[in-house]
Amino acid sequence: MGKTAPTIAKPVSNDVRLRRLYRTMLTIRRTEEALVGLLAEGLIPGFIHLSIGQEAIAAGVMDVLTPADTITSTHRGHGHAIAKGIRLDKFFAELLAKDAGACRGRGGSMHVADIAQGMLGANGIVAAGIPIALGSALAHQTLERDAVAVAFFGDGAMAEGLLHECLNLAKLWNLPVLFVCEDNGWGEFLPTAQQIVFTLDRLAAAHGIPHVPIDGNDVASVAQAAGEIVANIRSGGGPAILDCHTMRVGGHYEGDPQRGRDPGDLAKAAARDPLTIAAKDLSNAAVAKIETEVTADIAAAIAFARLAGEPGWDDAVASVYAADAA
Amino acid sequence: MGELRYNHAVNRAMADAMAADPTVVLFGEDVAGAGGVYGATRGLRDRYGGKRVRDTPISEAAIVGMAVGAALSGLKPIVEISFIDFMTFAMDAVVNQAAKMRTMFGGQCSVPMVLRTQHGGGAGSGPQHSQCLEAWFAHVPGLKVVCPGDPASAYGLLRAAIDDPDPVIVVEHKALYATRVPEPNSLPILSIGKAAILRPGRDLTIVSYGAALRAAAEAAGRLAAEGIETEILDLRSLQPWDEGAVLASLARTHRLLIVHEAVEAFGIGAEIAARMADVGFDELDAPILRVGAPFMPSPVAKALERRYLPNPESVIAAVRRLLA
Repeated sequence: MGKTAPTIAKPVSNDVRLRRLYRTMLTIRRTEEALVGLLAEGLIPGFIHLSIGQEAIAAGVMDVLTPADTITSTHRGHGHAIAKGIRLDKFFAELLAKDAGACRGRGGSMHVADIAQGMLGANGIVAAGIPIALGSALAHQTLERDAVAVAFFGDGAMAEGLLHECLNLAKLWNLPVLFVCEDNGWGEFLPTAQQIVFTLDRLAAAHGIPHVPIDGNDVASVAQAAGEIVANIRSGGGPAILDCHTMRVGGHYEGDPQRGRDPGDLAKAAARDPLTIAAKDLSNAAVAKIETEVTADIAAAIAFARLAGEPGWDDAVASVYAADAA
Repeated sequence: MGELRYNHAVNRAMADAMAADPTVVLFGEDVAGAGGVYGATRGLRDRYGGKRVRDTPISEAAIVGMAVGAALSGLKPIVEISFIDFMTFAMDAVVNQAAKMRTMFGGQCSVPMVLRTQHGGGAGSGPQHSQCLEAWFAHVPGLKVVCPGDPASAYGLLRAAIDDPDPVIVVEHKALYATRVPEPNSLPILSIGKAAILRPGRDLTIVSYGAALRAAAEAAGRLAAEGIETEILDLRSLQPWDEGAVLASLARTHRLLIVHEAVEAFGIGAEIAARMADVGFDELDAPILRVGAPFMPSPVAKALERRYLPNPESVIAAVRRLLA
């Protein structure tokens, strides 16, 4: 693929921090596994895109953000929402399109957002979240807030011209924005190697933007690299790209039969599971405790979501414009 | 007493809004240094600084997407897209993002952004710089669309758009920027969704907006010489549009003609005609007629463009059919 070799970042040695990172990753993993069951039960409208195997990126990046920092996400955005702090009960209620959901059941999987937490939305349109993060960064800069914006996107979005426009503008205006590429090797149903002739490091170089490649399945490395980069952005250093190499375990959407995918590729992904990698540096007792707690949290959230009421028609119809506007 | 020019009214609206609210910012292609293709943003960077008034690269998709993010994060951005034809590159940010967010995110946020742009022909600018695409935006739930036809509305509607918590597309007209009126005694902020009667009349109603109002007014003047009294309603706001005002006028005149510069087929006029054929059915003494551009791209040649655009003759011909 001609990709730049990942930077070796120092591992996160702080045990408390690694346990926090592991907990976030496990919460994402167990949440998405539960979604598979709920989808099969027919409780989730539409289709869902899972980030199983990619949890280290959401967990690692969000660990260095503050509540004032903002992010935009992708169609594969459950992990971003959870890591940014959405409440699990509101998350599950949203996925089940219930009135108690974070978006009152009007967004669902592909548009889950928690504005108060700085999560400005998953997005059903590839690359569309990137300029929104830039605009948020522009607001941080203009209003002189101590905050950064982060644009998550997949390697498939590299083929969108909008990414180039945004890299150019971010550098031109020295915006406090971090571009995080979740490079899982796929753009929808086609390997990105069959779609894209350039590499992100060369695109970054063309725009004069620092590019840091990282093993996106090693949460300690992601957190370490993100911490250094975000600190530099906060101090006025301008935009940067964190290029996270990862693997998509599932298909493009849940239920994708993944025809034509090399079985060896899936075995490789299993061997690089970010949870397994992180667990190596944790005690068995710590891992078991987190598992028990996360399982209980998720069970409670799902119970809440199942019992939550359906959204009302009149409320939905009245939601298109502000009530107090002309 | 001075005069008020349309582009100066647009400028004053932004200047007053920026003075009143430090979160109002302006960006777009050539808005800062050059002062806008039609001079509507001249001097604003000098008054409010380069942080709030910025030139952008030619990246419509990115700058409109940025406006969405800025609006979500505490700014009230005004973006100038110098020709409505260039909005095609920005449609995702407008249609899939800005328009949807209030509903899609369950009311967690507003998207208080304004897209200022201009449409229309008359300058021989051809197929990619003369279109009237406002109906596209009026068709999208979540967007508001206004179309000022005179300097006072240009001021009042833009102020209202900037104050509005939802995304508003302000469609100016390139042929109106140099038009002027005596300086009004006051320049009120107008209400989005309200039409205005420009000329009262008892025999028929012409509903129009933007530069097409001029053809309607000229036609009405000539018809008055024959004793035909035309009521002209300036819609001002296309989404939402003032159904009550149109119906009230129809109830007085019982005949309705809709005049716009946009292509007639599937346009704003089609929506108005359909609604009036429903709620105004009992008031109608004649079929509802429309005058709009034929179903073809805007011509470059002056003679063809003259024929393409609504003009007093095409309006009068429609009125004669209406009264026949």
